[in-house]
Amino acid sequence: MNAETATAVRVAAAEQEALISGSEAVAVATRLADVDVLTAYPIRPYDTLMQYVAKQIANGEQDAEYIVAESEHSQFEIAKHASAVGARAICGSSGVGWCYAFEAIAVTPALRLPLLAMVGNRALDDPGAFGTEHNDALAARDLGWMHVWVDTAQEALDTTLIAYRVAEDRRVFLPCAISTDGAFLTHSQSLVKIPPKAWVDAFLPRYNRGDLRFHPDNPITIAPQVNEDWLMEIRRQTDQAMRNARGVIEEAYGDFRRIFSRGEGNPFFEEYRTEDAEIVLLGMGTLSMPVKVVVRKLREQGQKVGFVRIRWFRPFDHDRLGALLARFAAIGVIDRDFSMGSPFNSGVLANEVRATLYAQDRRPPVVSFIAGLGGREVTIPAVKEMIEHTRKAAETGRPPRDTLWIGVRE
Amino acid sequence: MGRTISVEVVYRGIFQKTLAKNICRGVVLAAHKEGKVGIAFGRYGDSPERNGIPAKNFAIVAPNEEELQLSMAQYEPQETDITIAVDDMLCKGVESWAWYGLQPINEKVRENATLIVTSTLPAEEIVKLSHTKPTAYQLAVIPGIPSFSGLWVYKDDHTDVRILGALPKVCPDLVTLDAMLTAIKEEWKDDLKVTSARRSYEQTGTRVVPPGEGNPEVPFKFDLPGWTKMREGVTIEGIKLGEPIKFGDQIGGYRPARNPYFKKYTTRTMRPVIDFDKCIKCTLCWLQCPDSCFDVTPDQTYDLNAEACCGCGVCEAVCPVDDCVTMVNEASFTDNKSQWEMYKTDKPAYAAWVKEKITTRPERSHGFRYRGQYQQQVAKMGASANKGEQVGADPGGHEEMGVGAEGGEE
Repeated sequence: MNAETATAVRVAAAEQEALISGSEAVAVATRLADVDVLTAYPIRPYDTLMQYVAKQIANGEQDAEYIVAESEHSQFEIAKHASAVGARAICGSSGVGWCYAFEAIAVTPALRLPLLAMVGNRALDDPGAFGTEHNDALAARDLGWMHVWVDTAQEALDTTLIAYRVAEDRRVFLPCAISTDGAFLTHSQSLVKIPPKAWVDAFLPRYNRGDLRFHPDNPITIAPQVNEDWLMEIRRQTDQAMRNARGVIEEAYGDFRRIFSRGEGNPFFEEYRTEDAEIVLLGMGTLSMPVKVVVRKLREQGQKVGFVRIRWFRPFDHDRLGALLARFAAIGVIDRDFSMGSPFNSGVLANEVRATLYAQDRRPPVVSFIAGLGGREVTIPAVKEMIEHTRKAAETGRPPRDTLWIGVRE
Repeated sequence: MGRTISVEVVYRGIFQKTLAKNICRGVVLAAHKEGKVGIAFGRYGDSPERNGIPAKNFAIVAPNEEELQLSMAQYEPQETDITIAVDDMLCKGVESWAWYGLQPINEKVRENATLIVTSTLPAEEIVKLSHTKPTAYQLAVIPGIPSFSGLWVYKDDHTDVRILGALPKVCPDLVTLDAMLTAIKEEWKDDLKVTSARRSYEQTGTRVVPPGEGNPEVPFKFDLPGWTKMREGVTIEGIKLGEPIKFGDQIGGYRPARNPYFKKYTTRTMRPVIDFDKCIKCTLCWLQCPDSCFDVTPDQTYDLNAEACCGCGVCEAVCPVDDCVTMVNEASFTDNKSQWEMYKTDKPAYAAWVKEKITTRPERSHGFRYRGQYQQQVAKMGASANKGEQVGADPGGHEEMGVGAEGGEE
């Protein structure tokens, strides 16, 4: 974008404010991004997205194909096919609904279809539970989907726009899952700045599938049988696309900052009061709220504590995260997920962090916590408890080998 | 710059969903007029809502984002500055369909904070219904019947703005009247609603409820077992078989065993009164009751088990005989005794009792019984809003408001 356009865009209109939830913010972003196809199948808490898009269409504010499927599997298949013909598409689900779509989810990255899915994070039931737990989205962590976690409704709106920009970049062409914590983000309304359409148009080019577009004018066959002769090369292509995404994400945030005047810092993770921190906690999603409160309180008492919130989980920014974490005396990783039988019985994130640190010359102790499963509140005392464990590890240099469950009744 | 203020709205699921949402949105939007930030959210476990089952919505207002973070990522605030019960029968206790046990209506109200109840009962009666508290609190009664509507229709009888208008009076720290009126005007674009809010501000007064005054019963709670004690495999004990009913010399019929964890009687708004002489033994009430409330008597009639009934009204709706099953305002009962035993003990006395109970049809109802009832109720609410005043404008504005409302009538 040239300087002239940038100026024109900036003066186009001021941002409006609206009292909306995190999933409603994603819905507003689909309107601003002029999404062509939304596929829907209800499950809590994801359904708050489809309901709000339906409302926008009914009110004449949005123009999109709204397709209610008969199951999540079809919902994701339809979005996939829409994306193949060049339509900007969005779908989404929660918990076991997301799992029911898994066949479609698994094949989307290799086909290089840049659709978006909002995951309203929810516990995998049975037992019946609606609360947030990250195992639904994380079940697809290794397949070539990009995964990003947000912690406010504003970030949900902004990240949806950014995710389209990244996913639809020809160097990437990968699907992206946007994780929003059930209840705390999907069902809580806050004041969100809604940018004018002109800014979004300047930021987000039209989706152009080029020679990969499935169209009579461009006759192609998608997904023929390939067997061992081709598959490894296809996987390596997907792998390359994911590697490319790191640079494309940087570019996208750079442009976003220029046009929208927000979104400072490293796109991949948020650093909170880390500048001179000795002890940090690390986690994803809305558990950032109580952690930040405790960090501020302890800072007032002169304790050097901080917090790192992972935003982009795939691709993972191992270089910068590793360099950052190597500075601290100890790191406490909070997993709002589980990975039964994994090394040290940790959650997913703790072992990612350990692997990242292994490449560093200095490897501070990592304490692994599991907390907030099934949407249980991560309370202020629970955060303090985790900081105390992490401090002890820093003092002794020896973290507990096994994972600590915080807030579970014995 | 002020402090964080929590507002709680306790309401009947579905019937008052929009009302509760409007109140909480109104609070956040009004506070925003004064530069404060806020969030509005429902208690996640109450949703998906059930007809008439108690549920909660919250608005939290804080001087800045950092203060607000303490209240985010939580299901309910620890304490409230204002709790609002939009149906007086909720003062008997709040038992949602999720497993929260029975919460006294004033449980969250902090010392000297305010409980607001919409009711036609005198304040003394409301205090008697509400559980005792170790600390004093204020009670404000906003005159009016409970404003009930449905999932797809909203009864615009000004209950929302009458409550909003009272808030700056009972809690001046929350927001000024001017900011509240400006927000109401912007949100609804209706001068009559602004007038109603202002009148409510002028008319609302509070009464102190000293420590220990009220219903002394100890509300029931659930045992929450630890993971080492909980039965494995997500299993709980099944419900046992029921037993025949014994009364005097008679033995027969069937009383099913019921889940001891659900005692829905605490929070119903209406209950069925049964005229056993009119019963034709068609079984419909017994079949259709979603909570298996009916016991089969040795006479093969159906007796209400008032400890299991949540007052949904299905029995009345399916009963083919006029005045055989009649929903009656819960305020006119003081115990959960068997109606059939009363009937067997003294038939003429029972007939007189039934007649007295059903003479006045309840003001509260799940939907509407006849065309025009909506307009009647709206006019009545307008009358209570203007009690003791010279009426200038159309008090409830009911003529205009009736237009869109017919669609909601059954």
